[in-house]
Amino acid sequence: MDVQKIQKDFPVLKRQINGKPIIYLDSTATSLKPGAVIEAINGYYNFYTANVFRGIYTMSEEATAAYEGARAKVASFIHASPSEIIFTKNASESLNLLAYTVIPMVVKKNDTVVTTIMEHHSNFVPWQQLVPKYGGKMRVWDITKDFVLDEKKLSSLVDSTTKIVTLTAVSNVLGTIVPVKKLTAQIKKIAPQCLVFVDGAQAVPHMPVDVMDLGVDALAFSGHKMLGPTGIGVLWVKKQILETMPPFLFGGDMISEVHVEETKFNALPHKFEAGTPYIEGAIGLGAAVSYLEHIGMDAVRNHEKELVMYALGKLSSMSGVTIYGPPDPEIHGGVIAFRLDGIHPHDVAQVLDEENICIRVGYHCAMPLHEALGVGATCRASFYVYNTKSDVDALILGIKKVQKLFG
Amino acid sequence: MDIYREIILEHYKHPHNFGHISHPNGSHTLYNSACGDKITMEIAIGKNGCVSDVRFSGEGCAISQASASMLTDLVLGKTKEEIMKLTSEDVFSLLQTELTASRVKCALLPLEVLQKAVQSTV
Repeated sequence: MDVQKIQKDFPVLKRQINGKPIIYLDSTATSLKPGAVIEAINGYYNFYTANVFRGIYTMSEEATAAYEGARAKVASFIHASPSEIIFTKNASESLNLLAYTVIPMVVKKNDTVVTTIMEHHSNFVPWQQLVPKYGGKMRVWDITKDFVLDEKKLSSLVDSTTKIVTLTAVSNVLGTIVPVKKLTAQIKKIAPQCLVFVDGAQAVPHMPVDVMDLGVDALAFSGHKMLGPTGIGVLWVKKQILETMPPFLFGGDMISEVHVEETKFNALPHKFEAGTPYIEGAIGLGAAVSYLEHIGMDAVRNHEKELVMYALGKLSSMSGVTIYGPPDPEIHGGVIAFRLDGIHPHDVAQVLDEENICIRVGYHCAMPLHEALGVGATCRASFYVYNTKSDVDALILGIKKVQKLFG
Repeated sequence: MDIYREIILEHYKHPHNFGHISHPNGSHTLYNSACGDKITMEIAIGKNGCVSDVRFSGEGCAISQASASMLTDLVLGKTKEEIMKLTSEDVFSLLQTELTASRVKCALLPLEVLQKAVQSTV
């Protein structure tokens, strides 16, 4: 993987602020965008601006082909069928769509839904808010002191009352890579009717994901964390389940017939895409998928693993640095959470910004996790295809500067 | 680092009026969920109607902690009405530093908590 060549594909990396280059270590929040994605979006605006479906003219047919082409690319990227791919606004909307449509179908009084303590709020709050409305109860899966799901707890969490287990594939704070395939098999063995949903927002951009192989029932992810534009997300649901789900939003495109007294809904996946979709967003995401496939997802994962191994080595040898995440790079995705003794994360980020080092600080939309860790806020550095070991070196130097200033 | 003037770092490392009051007349706690700040203010009002003691506690960045430290110094001996009249400009003139939009919230959280603590006194 030629990172120097990859960096040239990202126009924003040419920018300098105060005469210094940008060290972007916040791809877990959103990734940078390669020229190929920007050009794909511009192409829609410059050459074939038209609404999709039913337009009996060249530009509309081109727009439809590009939009559906993007769907096919996304489907093949995760080994799914295009009719199972629903375009949404982001992973949060995907998870809300699931929660709002599936909970009323499967959760009855005293049933249980399991989620984990390390979820992003988008895979925590919808369940926490909606499950009790149908008489169900939430169960929260804890982590061990090694920052991985406590697998010993599985047999006490999942039983015949459990209708849904929803969990992240990679923690957006700890970086923990969850063994989704293994856990799904165990869950389905205990409770064959239990549905397993996965928040793939931090997995799909960073490693090969094969929904058939995982054996799960649904997967949600965002386009903007995988080199695509903001405002486009994906929900994949296994066809047998998708066919039984009622529509989430009503409106144009999601219908096949509307009469004064009744409406018949459109075929999958259009039944779940009401209104004019984010056409250029989907096209941009399609270009992002092509870009990632060209690099190869195994190469992406290996690159990040190398960076994480390097960064963990450097950080763990420094005094006054506490790392929150598994020490083993094999189960640690490209994100590292840490704290500096006696220095508030907000101050760390502010001083690093002087060197254009972009990290994120705070709760990272995972307040329950921070409460469980017993810490207020954390610093988070994350890596992607355009990052190098010299970015890690810059971070380490920056941290030393912070420690000196506040020492 | 212009934002971290020496006096701000000094207040952060050695905050004034940090801790608790055994029998406060009013107290309040607020969070800044964006960056993970938590500040509690406790206030005691003397017989003359003026602040006889004020203490803050919690976790926060240098800007919010320095702001709380300086602010508690400022309001000792002041009346409740005087505290309620304090504005963001008063806090900025205490800190005298360049604040980006994301740091303005940190700087102003202590004043918000203090005024809520004053309102909670009976």
